[in-house]
Parts: sequence; C-alpha cells; structure tokens
Amino acid sequence: MGNVLLSVIRRDLLLAFRRRADVLTTLFFFVIVVSLFPLGVGPEMKTLRLIAPGVVWVAALLASMLSLQRLFAADYQDGTLEQMLLAPHPLGVIVLGKIVAHWMVSGLPLALMAPLLGLQFDLPPEALGILFIALLLGTPILSFIGAIGAALTLGLRGGGVLLSLLVLPLYIPALIFGAGAVEAYIAGVNPEGHLSLLAALLIFSGLATPWVTALALRIAME
Amino acid sequence: MAFNLFKYSSPASFYPLAGKMAPLFYVLAATLAIVGLYISFFVAPTDATQGEAYRIIFIHVPAAWMSMFIYIVMAIWAGLGLILNTRLSSMMAQALAPTGAMFTVVALITGAFWGKPTWGTWWEWDARMTSELILLFLYIGYMSLTAAIDDVRRADKAGAILAMVGGINVPIIYFSVKWWNTLHQGASVSLTRSPSMAKTMLLGMLIMAIAAWMYSIAVTLSRVRLLMLEREKSSAWVQEVLEKKS
Amino acid sequence: MNWGSLSNFIDMGGRGFYVWGSYLITLVCIVFELVLLSRQKSALWQRLTQIMKLNKQG
Repeated sequence: MGNVLLSVIRRDLLLAFRRRADVLTTLFFFVIVVSLFPLGVGPEMKTLRLIAPGVVWVAALLASMLSLQRLFAADYQDGTLEQMLLAPHPLGVIVLGKIVAHWMVSGLPLALMAPLLGLQFDLPPEALGILFIALLLGTPILSFIGAIGAALTLGLRGGGVLLSLLVLPLYIPALIFGAGAVEAYIAGVNPEGHLSLLAALLIFSGLATPWVTALALRIAME
Repeated sequence: MAFNLFKYSSPASFYPLAGKMAPLFYVLAATLAIVGLYISFFVAPTDATQGEAYRIIFIHVPAAWMSMFIYIVMAIWAGLGLILNTRLSSMMAQALAPTGAMFTVVALITGAFWGKPTWGTWWEWDARMTSELILLFLYIGYMSLTAAIDDVRRADKAGAILAMVGGINVPIIYFSVKWWNTLHQGASVSLTRSPSMAKTMLLGMLIMAIAAWMYSIAVTLSRVRLLMLEREKSSAWVQEVLEKKS
Repeated sequence: MNWGSLSNFIDMGGRGFYVWGSYLITLVCIVFELVLLSRQKSALWQRLTQIMKLNKQG
C-alpha cells in the first residue's frame, strides 16, 4: 500500500514538473493578491501588521482554490481516472497520494513564500516563523477538504465558481485557527493552542477526506 | 414519521398521500401562527431590559431553530438516499433545502433588526450570527451543486456527500467562530435572554416555532410532489395523474 | 398586554420600525416562497400535459 502511495505521488509530481507554468501561476497569484492589500488599505505599518495574518491566509485560500480544479481534471479527461477506479488498490490511498502531491506543488510553495510576504507587512521575525508553521499545517487541510469539492464538481460546466462556493465555507475553521495563531502571537498570547487545534484538524481531515473524496469520485464517474 | 415508511417509500403511493397531508399542515401552520402572534403581541408583557424590540424574537428564534433543524433533517434524508438508494429520500432532501435557506435568510434579517435597537449595530460578528451566515452559504452550495448536475442520480448522491460534510462542519465552524470571537472581543455581546423571561414569552416562542415547523412540512410536501412528477414523468402513475386532471 | 390605542401598538415603544420591519420581511419571504412554488407547479403541469397530448397524437 505504501508503494502505491509513493508511486502515485511520484507520478503526479513528474506530471506537475512538466507543467511548471501552472505551479508558478498559483504562486504569483498569491504574491499579487497579498501585495494588493497595502495599496488598498494604505501604507500605515500599524494597520498592516494587524491585518497581515488574515490577508496572507485569505490569499492562500483563494490561491488554493485556483489549483484545486486541476487535481482530478487531467486524469478525468485522458481516462486515467477510470483506470484508477478499476485498479485493485483502495481508491482512498490513490486519492491520498494525489492530494499529497497536489499539496507539494500548490500548498507548500505558498507556505515557503509567506514569510517573505510577511516582511512587506513588517511582521517581527518570530511571527514570520509562526506564519510559516501555521501555513505548513493549514495548507494540507485546504487540499484535503478541497479535494472533496473537486471530486463533486468533476466535469461540470462552470465547475470552477461552483467549486469555490462549495469549498470556501468549509475552509473557515482552518482560516480562523491559522490566522489566529499569528494574531495571538502578535497580541502576546501563546499561539500553541491555535497550532494544536490546526494540527488536530489536519489529522482529522487527512484520515477522513481521502475516503469521502474516493466516494465522490465513484459517484461522479458512475 | 407517523406513516409507514416502507409502504409509502415509492413515489406512486406517496404522491397522493402528500397531496392530502399538505393542506392539513398549511391549516395547522396558519392557525398556530395566529395563536402565536396573538400571544406574542397581546399576552406577553414588555421585556424589562429590551422594551418592545424583543418582540422580534418571536420570529427570529423560531426561524433560527428551523434553519438549523431543517439542515440536519436534510442531511439525514440525503444520507439515507445515498446509503439505501431510495429515490424518495433524496427528493425529500432537495425539497427541504429552499425552505431551510428561506428560514436562514429570515433569521439573519430579523437578527439584524433585533441587533440595531438592542446592540446598536445591524451586524455583530458573534458566533451565532456568523454560523448562521455560513449555514446560508452551505444551503446555497447544496442547491447550486444539485442544480448544476444534469444527471439526477449523480445530483442526489453528490448533494448527499456535500450535505453530510457540511453537517459535520457546522459544529466545528460554530465552536471555532465562538473561540475566535472571545479572543477578539473579550466578553462578547450575549444573546442570552434575561432569566426572568416570562412564561408567556416562552410559550409564544414555542407556538411560533411549531407553526414554522408545520409550515416547513407543508411546503416541503408540496415541493416534493413537484419533484416526483418531474422526475417520473414517463412512468405510468404520472400519466394516470395527468389523465385525471385533464 | 393592553396597548391602549392603535398608535401605541404601531409605535411599539419607539421600536415600531424594527419590530414591524422584521415581521414584514418575514411575510415577504414566506409569500415569495409560496408564489415561487405555485408558479413552478403551474409551469410543470403545463409542460407535462403538453407532452402527454403530443404523445397521444404521435
């Protein structure tokens, strides 16, 4: 089973590497959205420091929405997905592999880029570290929950907008705990509580969502 | 449910039954609403702290209850449809959604109308109002998803998954928002009513809630009849129904 | 509860706008739902009977 997982991850990473432009587009979208906020709000550092965690997190949410559609779309179009449904391995494991690979090319870059963007908002170094950890824990949650939405809207016209309608409300707990961790630190409160809840959410969604997504895929392909 | 589920689980036999039951529930809803409104405006005393503005609660609280209750019932029907593969359960779920969304909108708007004179703002980011708003998003998502899928069976099942995932998320969202709210505001504004709330107030609220419940059943029955006709339009029983009407 | 006069009842202790506003909006929402439902119903009936007639002819 571990072998299946690893081979799915390797395959999807290889495919993603061939389409590097897609990965970069998501990352640039993230950077641009975050950079727009100071222009809209004004250059006052005190305000910017206050809104920085929320801005970075909302931008990460939107960026992850952009890439979600690609999670199953290519495999759906070329028929690979049908093969996966028929494969002898449990579909949940294959889906887990696809989600992990998807996170590595779409979520991880956001987490790595975030501290740099935090500098634009004059966040102190420790807060940057917490922002990074929170995104590291939080972006996989976005991929896990988003996968359900991607499977449900597979092959539908106008799927992209519909997908965000379905998935964004479900992202709220991750947003609250993720942005809250950084805000708590800035306010002088220990952010450990937020981070532990975020980790609990990650474990829960990691265990449950691949199977729900597998069920949704079977329904979509019926 | 008072009726035998197995006997009436086929649309052909449920259609006439629903047709007979719906008017009954409309009448019940209207009667209870009149009694409830009479108590709300002529029996219940003025609230000591909130004055007359509290009378909004007689619709706000029942609407908020119904919005949550209908979501739960909808998720259960949808789940039954997914697991047991019964056509009627999925139709029930889809018939419930618009009414649930309507009550959510009513709860939000009346909440704002209550908040303005009581808190001084139309909107407060407290756990209940925020969760209610998110509940509306979940209803909209469910209805958009089922409407976007042409294949009826896929629409039912995809909707069921979304409804159940949303159902699991609602308490998580509620508690996370509550937690977030206390962190940001310290002592947040409390919706809890004074302990001295008169018995007649409670009675009025309860009767209004039952009226809202009856109304939901009535509208859902009417809507599920349409869904049955639409989906089974080529079946023999629908043809019979059409013959009889024309 | 004795309101004394109709104007007292409408005024609602100075909160008439909020109380009656919320009741009015609730009424509008319910009427809207019912009207929508009955329009759906008549549209569906019309469509189905038309299909039936066409089937009989053909």
